[in-house]
Amino acid sequence: MSFSISEKSDTIIALATPQGVGAIAVIRLSGPDAISLTNEVFKGKDLTKQASHTIHFGTIRDGEKIIDEVLVSLFVAPKSFTKENVVEISTHGSSYIVNQVIKLFIRKGARPAKPGEFTQRAFLNGQFDLAQAEAVADLIHSDSETSHQAAMNQMRGGFSGEIQQLRSKLIHFASMIELELDFGEEDVEFASRDDLRDLVEKLLRVVEVLIGSFDLGNVIKNGVPTVIAGKPNAGKSTLLNALLNEEKAIVSEIAGTTRDFIEDEINIGGIIFRFIDTAGLRETTDVIEAMGVSRTQEKMKTASLILYLFDLTDTDMVEISRDVNKLENLGVPFLKVGNKIDRHNPQLISDLKHKHPDTIFISAGEKENLDALKDRILELVNLDKFRTGNTIVTNIRHYDSLVKTRQSLLDVLNGLDIQITNDFLAMDIRRSLHYLGEITGEITTDDLLANIFSKFCIGK
Amino acid sequence: MFQLYDVIVVGAGHAGCEAAHAAAQMGSKVLLCTMNMNTIAQMSCNPAMGGVAKGQIVREIDALGGMSGIITDKSMIQFRMLNRSKGPAMWSPRSQNDRMRFAEEWRLALEANPNVDFWQEMVTGLLVKDNRISGVRTGMGIDIPAKSVVLTNGTFLNGIIHIGEKKFGGGRTGEASSRGITEQLIELGFEAGRMKTGTPPRVDGRSLDYTKMEIQHGDDNPEKFSFSDATSTLKKQHNCWITYTNKEVHEILETGFDRSPMFNGRIQGLGPRYCPSIEDKINRFAERDRHQIFVEPEGWNTVEIYVNGFSTSLPEDVQYKAIRKIAGFENAKMFRPGYAIEYDYFPPTQLKLTLETQLIDNLYFAGQINGTTGYEEAASQGLIAGMNAHNKTHEIDPFLLKRSDAYIGVLIDDLINKGTEEPYRMFTSRAEFRLLLRQDNADIRLTELGHKMGLASDDRLDRMMDKKNETSSLMEALKQIKVSPESINEDLEKHQTAIIKEKISVDKLLKRPQLGLSDLRKMDFPLDTMLNKYSQTVIEQAEILIKYDSYLEKEQAMVIKLNSMENYKIPIDFNYLSIPALSAEGKQKLNKVRPETLGQASRISGVTPADLSILTVYLGR
Repeated sequence: MSFSISEKSDTIIALATPQGVGAIAVIRLSGPDAISLTNEVFKGKDLTKQASHTIHFGTIRDGEKIIDEVLVSLFVAPKSFTKENVVEISTHGSSYIVNQVIKLFIRKGARPAKPGEFTQRAFLNGQFDLAQAEAVADLIHSDSETSHQAAMNQMRGGFSGEIQQLRSKLIHFASMIELELDFGEEDVEFASRDDLRDLVEKLLRVVEVLIGSFDLGNVIKNGVPTVIAGKPNAGKSTLLNALLNEEKAIVSEIAGTTRDFIEDEINIGGIIFRFIDTAGLRETTDVIEAMGVSRTQEKMKTASLILYLFDLTDTDMVEISRDVNKLENLGVPFLKVGNKIDRHNPQLISDLKHKHPDTIFISAGEKENLDALKDRILELVNLDKFRTGNTIVTNIRHYDSLVKTRQSLLDVLNGLDIQITNDFLAMDIRRSLHYLGEITGEITTDDLLANIFSKFCIGK
Repeated sequence: MFQLYDVIVVGAGHAGCEAAHAAAQMGSKVLLCTMNMNTIAQMSCNPAMGGVAKGQIVREIDALGGMSGIITDKSMIQFRMLNRSKGPAMWSPRSQNDRMRFAEEWRLALEANPNVDFWQEMVTGLLVKDNRISGVRTGMGIDIPAKSVVLTNGTFLNGIIHIGEKKFGGGRTGEASSRGITEQLIELGFEAGRMKTGTPPRVDGRSLDYTKMEIQHGDDNPEKFSFSDATSTLKKQHNCWITYTNKEVHEILETGFDRSPMFNGRIQGLGPRYCPSIEDKINRFAERDRHQIFVEPEGWNTVEIYVNGFSTSLPEDVQYKAIRKIAGFENAKMFRPGYAIEYDYFPPTQLKLTLETQLIDNLYFAGQINGTTGYEEAASQGLIAGMNAHNKTHEIDPFLLKRSDAYIGVLIDDLINKGTEEPYRMFTSRAEFRLLLRQDNADIRLTELGHKMGLASDDRLDRMMDKKNETSSLMEALKQIKVSPESINEDLEKHQTAIIKEKISVDKLLKRPQLGLSDLRKMDFPLDTMLNKYSQTVIEQAEILIKYDSYLEKEQAMVIKLNSMENYKIPIDFNYLSIPALSAEGKQKLNKVRPETLGQASRISGVTPADLSILTVYLGR
């Protein structure tokens, strides 16, 4: 279990506030690059030029895409909790946003902190007395118990099997190489380089799928992000409340009462949907235009499903169909919902249903036809993705290990391309094994040797 | 009759000789006790040194100022650099040696050192006062006082030799085993175990038909082990041969299986998986109808042949019948049969990184007593034990090598933290920093350390510094010197590598796998002229460092990560049991191994990452 703790030269990141819903989440970074890394993704002042103990407003961006508006607090070494450079980023309290931010930082080179690692760094840099140390030790102990339990639960979901298979293939691969290296003088037969390339490419594909499933995994963990759009007073909050069966959004007859995003999780058919109610906007009657300048549009793009709610009593159908056209072109699964059937004559509704089979007609206020709406929602999100029993990665630390595994495997392929000798290939294979080992438990060279001796006749 | 020695070394095999030499060279008064003065530095197994991973160890011993490299060079009859087709980390020097000259050269080297005294007698007991060693007691009842003792008993502790159903006490064939020490150590609280190893039969070279075998030549341009100028390369080399077993051989061997001590349960000790007996190979790999046999001469002036690959403890009549079915062995006459030997060892988790025992101060163990196999592994432990015995008795800081410093560091770290259930042999795959621990740079890695300890001479240090400086100067020159498309493109196409469009520095071209300096110098005259100013060693060194630069850097970065943990020292009397938060297994393992640093703690099996975090929390307060 080499290089696993106290890698003091790197920069670590973790959510500092409790996991789950809160108005604000604080993400903490510690390490030499904490400030410079933040500066790379922060649009606002140049953080590298700011004084310690200052707070700055701006946005965190992934390329052009804004993830969130944030407040960044700077603590310049050694005047911080860990005595290293520390940055605390306050984001909105959505686990989706938090994960996006942390993922972005990992891509930029930060490493997810291990349980107790901030405290450990603080301790190593001389911040505690013994009594405090004991308390911290107990905390780490119980923390690791909990996270171990959580990991075990996840492992039962099929993840374990796939990774194990992957790992044993790789161990076999590695031991073939080690065999050739350590026993090259003896008449043992080895797999060809072409076979090795095939294997690595196969592994890489599986790793890619697992990495790809991380977003999906997040969906499952955090809910399918679903946006309810519609003109002001179309009944969005009422629908949300109807689905929720509780008064979470503030509802009134005055258009534009909903002031901010309200997120709620609703269980439909065993899948968690995270509903996002967009603010109805009064400044313009063109909902979509208004969205163009606000965070609403960002929300739209990251959503897995958009519900467009319209008032059947509304006479301006031209505007509604323009909205619908624009929303349909976003490339996100999209559902039109006609509201307030209770205020229409049933014959007209029946005609409409025939004319527009892809539109659902409900009454949010009277809770009419909500089941049909739920069924259609379940149809629209691609449930196959969730139900195939495929391995899904949800843990950000596993994600990190998989990304590193991928890099090492790519290095192996590159080595094969430039025809480097096996001792160098072996190094990248070992790194792959090391990172996979972070998920499954440790790999040691003894595993390789055991594999060699059980399969091959070698030794003079 | 005896003065108070600084160091008494018990046993004069590879470990004992290195230990005695190192301590004496550093200034200790040393007594080397052996049961037989005529068998100093016996090659009990095959007459060869080095090989993959082991050759690297010999070069490391040499770089530190030990003798194994020089002795090997002086007694060499054939040299091969193994794995030349692989990367430089795999290049491994291996030699065939003259068994008698090897022993003779070692004896001469020890006799040349005025600090080494000799005593021929069996040591039967240790003198221990207040958990500290104070000397040894011999079979005749003589007490010899010493400040420290290094035990290098090899296979002699309660050694039992098996040939078929025959079984007799002995440390090697024809030599008595040693008794008393194991029993006393167990009484002192040590844990002991049994291990097994074996050798093949020796045959009369005059009775073999070499025309039926493949010849294995030495290298065309043989190198040598020692970095010093005390030795030179071979001008003339001896051939070796390769032949194979066959179905008939296997069938005959199988007729003896019921009388094999391996299979009827008479041998309890665990043997090495990677040095299996021929019966083990046939049994475990029944699908293979032939196994390789290496036919190795035992020296310049002997007809004795070592039948490598045919290690066996089957009855001698079965050995004889079977061996004569091997191609070229039809008329073979046997000098002595193969045998298996069982012996006592002490699980090395009872040692500190200096190879001093945890239980008894100033008592050191080195070699097979620690559960290792191989001359090179033994010699390197002897060197480290000898150096540390000297240091301790002279109140000098311990001499330790890290995993990132040397294979020797890997070896000792593995032994102390993981222990071993079977005879431990070094493999390159055991070293996580294999690319850095090469045979070509052992001097650059270690000579300065050996010199600081007073072991490697000033001359060696100078030679190493010259090599290092010359290498840097050549690397710089290769950056400066440029080749033009006109002069070189035709040759590049011949080597199936992309042509260049504008002038390019040689160091950039050198990174292409298809090109070496030996190719490039043929293409470009000014380069050739420039290279002529440098020695082959320096050219090779610069080429490796340039060519594999990116990989070496990656590995160096990992070393820095690892070593940051090595800097957190744990006090030797640290009370693990009093920390409730540690896992039960972690507590027990840590308490047993008593790691010296956090890095060492991280490599103990059963210690969890959470345990390590908790430890760091408690450390330093």
